[in-house]
Amino acid sequence: MSDEDKPSKVLLGPIFNNNPIALQVLGICSALAVTSKLETSLVLSVCVIFVCAFSNLGVSLIRTQIPSVIRICVQISIIATLTILVDEILKAYMFTLSKQLSVFVGLIITNCIIMGRAEGYAMRKGPLLSFLDGLGNGFGYTIILMGVGFLRELTGSGKLFGVEVLQLKAEGGWYSPNGLMLLPPSAFFIIGFMIWALRTWKKDQVDAS
Amino acid sequence: MARDSIKQIFIVTISLSVVCSLVISSSAVRLRSNQQANRIAELRRNILIAAGVFEKGIDVEAAFSNFEARMVDLETGEFTDLEDPATYNQRSAAKDPDQSIAIPRKRDYGDIRRREKLSLVYLAKGEDGSIEQVIMPFYGKGLFSTLYGFLSLDAHDFKTVRGLTYYEHGETPGLGGEVDLPRWKAIWIGKSLYNEEGEVALHLIKTPKMAAASDPALAYQVDALSGATLTSNGVTNMMRYWFGPDGFKPFLDNLKALKGESPDE
Repeated sequence: MSDEDKPSKVLLGPIFNNNPIALQVLGICSALAVTSKLETSLVLSVCVIFVCAFSNLGVSLIRTQIPSVIRICVQISIIATLTILVDEILKAYMFTLSKQLSVFVGLIITNCIIMGRAEGYAMRKGPLLSFLDGLGNGFGYTIILMGVGFLRELTGSGKLFGVEVLQLKAEGGWYSPNGLMLLPPSAFFIIGFMIWALRTWKKDQVDAS
Repeated sequence: MARDSIKQIFIVTISLSVVCSLVISSSAVRLRSNQQANRIAELRRNILIAAGVFEKGIDVEAAFSNFEARMVDLETGEFTDLEDPATYNQRSAAKDPDQSIAIPRKRDYGDIRRREKLSLVYLAKGEDGSIEQVIMPFYGKGLFSTLYGFLSLDAHDFKTVRGLTYYEHGETPGLGGEVDLPRWKAIWIGKSLYNEEGEVALHLIKTPKMAAASDPALAYQVDALSGATLTSNGVTNMMRYWFGPDGFKPFLDNLKALKGESPDE
């Protein structure tokens, strides 16, 4: 077993060393869309962890059977099935949140991270490693989303998980919220700063140019 | 290679489709009753919000027992039993050519195009069984999306707004999206929907008259949403359409007549 196949490496690597958003710069679209609040960021993250882990597992289990000409279709079918499942469960048990997430749960299907892991990892490795890789990449996605969500909700509406932290001027406090932070472009800046910070910390992630 | 043979492609495709569809259909069937209950509870919650009786943690089911759902023929303004309120799907009726009518372009203020012939209304009843509030659904275009809401009118004068809510929209968060901000919705309460001539006079305005509270114009003005001119115009327009003569006006006049007062036109 080579070093990169160590289960702990596979699981924890994608969190900082090989983060799907910060290093591979995948899955940016949903990271912009749902991070104006921590609550929605967390729920979407959990959905992505679930879909990513189980789609990797599913793809890996049948990887020797999949004809290579239709492999993308097979992967998408598995991902889509899991995504619809997640969407149905949210609608049944967390209705208000599912309304806030609206189309973005459905758009997990097109999240490049999941597709990328299925094609790039699960097609080559065994079920256990693939499952761990899916979990790890889900966690990597989560950590960025939570970071962005934290900053955006705090500066954009003075709240964390919907609980008021900074007293708003409108409610008689002192903090006047930054409306830009509620709009998707702010997530671009924040993710940019995060990538900058991460690459200053881990010099090997800097692109050779 | 056998893995890439036509036969293998068929086997994989067919078995995968069967497995996936089984997973999805069984989950859909198992979760349907839950989802249905959520949808109904959500609708009722919004009606309670419009009627101004919703508070956090309230028992929606119990509070809703004072509300009666009825079907109204918008053309005649009379109650009808053609459809069962419990099963009527107003959203799809608005699109169905048999259940809807085209709106003449000239009078289509809210850019609605087609509207359903029958509409649901909710009557909020007091302890003695008399009607206290009439809650009506309405919708129309804002900037990006169609906004859906409920408006509650006082059932004594049929023109005082008792509450308003938007429960579905796709407007810009922080700008037009503020239509669902409780503080803004609170401005509506007590405003007058109709003027003395019985025309829809309530509108959104950028600089509401800061004159004395006794200024009669104030009763018809709601502060517009800043940075959301098109959403604000949309709100004004959908009020004008839905509560005008093509919308709920005949129904409200009928209710008024039933109450033993003559309509003021």
